[in-house]
Amino acid sequence: MRHFVFSLFTLLLACGAQAELRVFATVPEWAALARELGGDRVKVYSATSAFQDPHRIEAKPSLLAQARQANLVVAAGAELEVGWLPLVLRDSGNAAIQPGRPGYFEAAACVDRLEVPSVVDRAHGDVHAAGNPHIHLDPHRVQKVAEALAARLAEVDAPNAATYQANLKAFSGKWQAAIARWEREGAPLKGVGVLVHHASFTYLTHWLGMKELGTLEPKPGIEPTSGQLSGLLARQQAAPARMVLRTAYNPEGPSQWIAGKSGTPAVLLPYTVGGTPAAKDLVGLFDDTLQRLLQAVR
Amino acid sequence: MQKRIAMAAMLAATFGAQAADHSELAAIRAQIDDMKRAYEQRIAALEQKLAQAESRPAAKPAPATVQSERTDSRRPAAGPASGFNPEVSLILQGQYKNMKDVPERGITGFWPAGGHDHGEGAIEGISKRGFSVDHTELVLAANIDPYWRGQAIIAAIDGTAEVEEAWFQSLGLGHGIGLKGGRFRSGIGYLNEQHPHMWDFADAPLMYRALFGNHGSYTNDGVQLKWLAPTDTFIELGAEMGRGANFPGTDRNKNGSGAAAVFAHVGGEVGVSNSWRAGVSYLTTQAKSRAAHFAGTVDDEVEGLFDGRSQNFIADLVWKWAPNGNPKYQNFKFQTEYFQRREKGDLTCATPEGAAATVACDGMLSAYRTRQSGWYAQGVYQFTPNWRAGLRYEQLDSGRRDFGDNAAYLVVDSYRPKKASAMIDYSWSEFSRVRLQYAQDKSMFGITDNQVTVQYIMSLGAHGAHKF
Repeated sequence: MRHFVFSLFTLLLACGAQAELRVFATVPEWAALARELGGDRVKVYSATSAFQDPHRIEAKPSLLAQARQANLVVAAGAELEVGWLPLVLRDSGNAAIQPGRPGYFEAAACVDRLEVPSVVDRAHGDVHAAGNPHIHLDPHRVQKVAEALAARLAEVDAPNAATYQANLKAFSGKWQAAIARWEREGAPLKGVGVLVHHASFTYLTHWLGMKELGTLEPKPGIEPTSGQLSGLLARQQAAPARMVLRTAYNPEGPSQWIAGKSGTPAVLLPYTVGGTPAAKDLVGLFDDTLQRLLQAVR
Repeated sequence: MQKRIAMAAMLAATFGAQAADHSELAAIRAQIDDMKRAYEQRIAALEQKLAQAESRPAAKPAPATVQSERTDSRRPAAGPASGFNPEVSLILQGQYKNMKDVPERGITGFWPAGGHDHGEGAIEGISKRGFSVDHTELVLAANIDPYWRGQAIIAAIDGTAEVEEAWFQSLGLGHGIGLKGGRFRSGIGYLNEQHPHMWDFADAPLMYRALFGNHGSYTNDGVQLKWLAPTDTFIELGAEMGRGANFPGTDRNKNGSGAAAVFAHVGGEVGVSNSWRAGVSYLTTQAKSRAAHFAGTVDDEVEGLFDGRSQNFIADLVWKWAPNGNPKYQNFKFQTEYFQRREKGDLTCATPEGAAATVACDGMLSAYRTRQSGWYAQGVYQFTPNWRAGLRYEQLDSGRRDFGDNAAYLVVDSYRPKKASAMIDYSWSEFSRVRLQYAQDKSMFGITDNQVTVQYIMSLGAHGAHKF
């Protein structure tokens, strides 16, 4: 009996020690970053995969169940998840992760954003008043988010603060070296004109100095129309784009149509971690993205 | 005396001067604020231009953020339009409807929820023939403070504006507990919490109309307590109590609670492509002199008044499928609900208002016992980002209706109302939708009503997230 009580006690202790910080990330890229910075101290749940359009997720029961148990929510922000996250947070009954609390982190709020509209009107489609939310394809901005997220992890889980800072240091070292490599490798991409399905790659093209010549969507969030596509095709003669970019969750039809008519290669980019088999983590995401871009200009 | 007047005059003068100073100061401040705002906007625009013009891939120093609070990652990056104003949205909804001219629409074999107001008064937007607009819903919502959130929905139509919902909800209780108070749609069933603009068909299922009347949902003034279990499987338990003024209960002057409800939901995922939720709910409410008109056996029309208890059980299941869990391009939703209602009490026969003569059974009291049920099932398939098509079948059973001694004077129908509907809708965006629906409605005995509805649903403004 005494043996049983003792083992029960040690089991309880073990459970207490194992209580990792539960991180609820809305998108795979920030889930990957939380894993880099949290290491074995965090248990990360990603609410979406690379094959899901983060704008159009439903407040599923499984998300509520996960949010209920989370210690920290890592959101993309800038209204990307406006269609589901606010509801999930409110209905989770979890006070710690409400906006304004340390348990709520928004990546887009850590950096300056591009395409902040001067006029907010739905006549312009699904615009985000706080600017383009797809900030993670600029590695410099990722670095800033990493710094802010490590600080936040340390705040939410103070006993492990040193670990998070050490992890950040390790990540930053690796990341800065990778950035130098990507910028060297990506030099031939400078000035290359591209068409994009949705404005998902603004930060990527901006970082690499590529030129976005048009979007297949006539307005953000509105599916490509034949009028829009033929308009883009007509413009191909005057200002030719070298490739048509899309994410893993965009349908391939519209970019294939342009590719078929104009011979411009349609390029699928991983867009986020898990979007292609090679994009296993953040470094893999950028490695694969650059490789695919370079292959298309060759 | 004169001194006093002089002093008063002096005082008034100084106040006047101060007032002038204040107004001037305020004007200057306002000017400064305007200039600040204008410059901030220009700086933001310039920064944006700069950022766009820059083609250097090298690490550039990030331009200073326009507003320092944007660097606070705890807070959502607020758009320029929000500030402290509540989120405002407006729902425009209306239709063209082609259907038979039936003077008293109802569901044969079920107690009409309209009460006295049958006929013209009970016909609301959704059951009008020809062109009509539904309620125009104005939704205001905001966080009240770090602990509470509030929402009000005002529904307006032809000279009336009603408070459809007005509630506050807890944000900071933690432990999975959610508290809601005010007037709200009850958490029972699946469809009950959803607003008409979220419905997949142009009208509420017969089941909901039989249960709760033309509104197609049960709303209560009271409190709701919910608890979400800390498990990976979604398990939610809820309890409500409130005034119970709405059908199947009635409003009355009394202390205490007039209606109570409990519900349990479970849900989860099957693979990445499927998610589901199932639930059971129970609502009990009291009715006092709940009135309805019945066809009489001796007289043409008699009035029945019910006093007693109404118990309602609902079971619901929703299953959603989307390839890879990405519902934007393709998804399928299956939903079904079943109900059973048991009512027990007394029925009093009365003479309808404006009747030529007193009815034969006037004042007669007898026992009243019913046990009725019904269900619906529907599937909606979205096959492109813009198009959806759906089918719905529903059936009710008037079941057991025991009117005691009054049965000799009232026509007690026994009937199984049925309805089949097919719809197809087109959405330009998440905010606009137009729908064509065909329904064969056999909810009234001896009538087959082929209904065609063309409906539009438009939402303006800060449209919040929808429930699962």
